[in-house]
Amino acid sequence: MKISFYKIIIFVIVFFLLIVFWLGLQKDNSYNTKSLVGTTLSSFNLPSINNGDAITENYLKNNKFTIINFFASWCAPCRIEHKYLLNLSNNGIKIVGVNFKDKKDNALQFLNELGNPYEFVAQDVDGKASISFGIYGIPESIIVNDKLIVIKKVIGPINQQIYEEILENLK
Amino acid sequence: MNLKRLIIIFFLFFISLNANENNNKLTEIYKNLRCLVCQGQSVADSNSEFASTLKLVVQDQVKEGKSADEIYEFLISKYGEWIVYNPPFNKKNFFLWVLPYLFLILGGLFIYVLIRKNRHNKAN
Repeated sequence: MKISFYKIIIFVIVFFLLIVFWLGLQKDNSYNTKSLVGTTLSSFNLPSINNGDAITENYLKNNKFTIINFFASWCAPCRIEHKYLLNLSNNGIKIVGVNFKDKKDNALQFLNELGNPYEFVAQDVDGKASISFGIYGIPESIIVNDKLIVIKKVIGPINQQIYEEILENLK
Repeated sequence: MNLKRLIIIFFLFFISLNANENNNKLTEIYKNLRCLVCQGQSVADSNSEFASTLKLVVQDQVKEGKSADEIYEFLISKYGEWIVYNPPFNKKNFFLWVLPYLFLILGGLFIYVLIRKNRHNKAN
């Protein structure tokens, strides 16, 4: 039986499309910046919310692990994750807070009301510094070790499961 | 007096020309950046919090004299290749860049074979 040239071409095209669709369906298309895990944090210099000295990457070298948490008083999910941050802080984990695009008074009121889990609270008034951290929405948390290597990135609020994971990994 | 006016006009024209060039460069960069928190919008089209922050960062880097490629490289290092609409050529997207050309060649070959076959049939 002679198979026509057209049939072979059509078969190849259909087969190719099926392979492409199958591979496409297997791939996780939800975007995140977890690819930053394993990279080294770039140098930074952020002013303190209390008009004190600024914080740089050298500050993080003193702790075995540090959580850098981006928060704002206007961010509702930040309120939800706050209790977990307080618990992590009570368990001896160092947390640096970066107040993102917020008013200083509102941020201080937020911390007075809910408690302050942060060892240092820095300010990123216009949000520009957050771009160097690969932040695209808040809350977000980055866990770095004393060599400034990102070991975990949490996009969105910390929940019970993530809280337990962090506690288990960092203790 | 007239010469003074002419110099002022020339000076203003030069400034506006320069500002325009800078704005064009910024717009071109914004258009090639994906707004990560929007649905199918570029940074140029979006007024979201993320897009407006990214615009400020791009403006700063352009003022520092960085080229568009340097800015893309910086943002790719922070957000991955997804942030740019025109990703640089590498082994991961090799097929994405090469396939259209491959299809063009194969399509050409297909048409050539088709025409040859038709001619052959007519001749017979």
